[in-house]
Amino acid sequence: MANVIDDETIDYVGILAELELSDEEKEQAKGDMSRMLDYIDKLNELDTTGIEPMSHAFAVSNVMREDLVTNGDGSEATLANAPEKTDDTFIVPKTTIS
Amino acid sequence: MSKNYETVIGLEVHVELATKTKIFCGCTTAFGGAPNTHTCPVCTGMPGSLPVLNKKVVEYAAAVGLATNCKITQKCKFDRKNYFYPDNPQNYQISQLYLPICRDGHVDITLADGSTKQVRIHEIHMEEDAGKLVHDEYDDVSYVDYNRSGVPLIEIVSEPDMRSAEEVIAYLEKLRQTIQYLGASDCKLQEGSMRADVNLSIREVGASEFGTRTEMKNLNSFTAITHAIEGETERQIDLLEAGKEVEQQTRRWDDNNGESYPMRSKEDAHDYRYFPDPDLVPLNISDEWLDEIRSNQPEFKEEKAIRYREEFGIPDYDIGLITDSKKLADIFEEATAECGEPKKVSNWILGETMRILKEKSLDPEDITFSPANLAKLIKLVDGGTINGSVAKEVFANIFDEDVDPEAYVEEHGLKQVNDEGALKACVEKVIADNPQSVLDYKGGKVQAIGYLVGQTMKAMKGKANPGMVNQLLKEMLDK
Repeated sequence: MANVIDDETIDYVGILAELELSDEEKEQAKGDMSRMLDYIDKLNELDTTGIEPMSHAFAVSNVMREDLVTNGDGSEATLANAPEKTDDTFIVPKTTIS
Repeated sequence: MSKNYETVIGLEVHVELATKTKIFCGCTTAFGGAPNTHTCPVCTGMPGSLPVLNKKVVEYAAAVGLATNCKITQKCKFDRKNYFYPDNPQNYQISQLYLPICRDGHVDITLADGSTKQVRIHEIHMEEDAGKLVHDEYDDVSYVDYNRSGVPLIEIVSEPDMRSAEEVIAYLEKLRQTIQYLGASDCKLQEGSMRADVNLSIREVGASEFGTRTEMKNLNSFTAITHAIEGETERQIDLLEAGKEVEQQTRRWDDNNGESYPMRSKEDAHDYRYFPDPDLVPLNISDEWLDEIRSNQPEFKEEKAIRYREEFGIPDYDIGLITDSKKLADIFEEATAECGEPKKVSNWILGETMRILKEKSLDPEDITFSPANLAKLIKLVDGGTINGSVAKEVFANIFDEDVDPEAYVEEHGLKQVNDEGALKACVEKVIADNPQSVLDYKGGKVQAIGYLVGQTMKAMKGKANPGMVNQLLKEMLDK
């Protein structure tokens, strides 16, 4: 493996992904990530000079809808699986950016 | 202050577009529905749901770009901005990082001293709005409403070209005016359909490098923006003068206390890991489509002003104020078309309409009366059916409830009294009842006649023909 993921990187990625990893899981993730990066390195060996980057696997563009209301009151379905809710809202732990 | 500093400001302006539906689903964007009633699997980020782009969003965004002299990115796409926060049900916001729809634009602003200045626009991108959190006052919980989730936004990012609060307000006014002319948004700061984040740094005058900037949020009025700019400039100067450094951070402005507070600092690392959204295919805006959008652009303030000058011959002062607002310009044009009296329509708009707007703290966009009723009112005055002061009373009712002035005048018996006999009788009585004023007038105090006119109007419940009253009084007093 050419790419080595250090502890700091895996901790940082864990924070960004809101995941708490055990030491064992961290080691496994480090291995997974370095293999992914190796694969990207492999792809980078290809000469792509002059080739426009693709942003989608299908050669399709302009899939659009007209600006017409097609949905009605969706609150019941939206809230159906909420772990915690009031009559009309989700309840989540208080989260304030401070 | 021992050194000379200048303030450097760039703005990020979010504008909610006036589409009927959300950017990626057929849910309504109507404001004020019961929580979560305007939601579906797409705008609540349910697994397996697929977003489909609203065509109107592209048209509005491109129209704003064209109106602000931007280059339109005809091959553009959407990217995911990843972050966790409960107002964002997908755990990512669909936005545009790599290929925003508009780039490299500019608007010209006019300042109080008459000078103009160009503010460059770095880019405009399309994105979706987040839901709304209500934090419980007592319990450690927040309530989430996703009605706003997926409402289309454009974010207009300026270059750091502004140097004062005045320039910032002029820039925002210009954007608001342009977007309102396009009908792309109502741009109400108080209701959040236009939101501005202020990026501000200071540096010594003449320095070529920028200082460290802060970003200020929660600015929901032009007054708050002005206060925040003044407060933050002072705070940064104080730090530098005390030999300290400005920390790059996001701050929340509290307009009640006139202070800003840090929200998050750089250490929290804003690493959004953007990548192209695989659920959305690329967007190709063809030359034909772009031409169509271009050909649908409305007549903006500058062109309107030129036309008004030629077509209506009203003073430049009137033209400037009326064309500042699309709404006022529409009212002016429609009412003038009905009654053929441009200057009189202008007087009603700049006089009573503006006075009532100010008194009620409303914007021109809040006006609900129909121009046709204003035109009818003008005809009633011109035809001598009602006098000027009654007209003001009727107009107040047109403004509030859009009453038909003809019916209103009839119903409330407000027709002007032009009957010479009735007026004469009244004037005679007023002269008999006010001997002192009569003496004053005859003694050379000409203005005493004003009091007698007032008394006559009062006796006639304001409905007398003021010209005739004046005439009759003069005749009788000068006899």
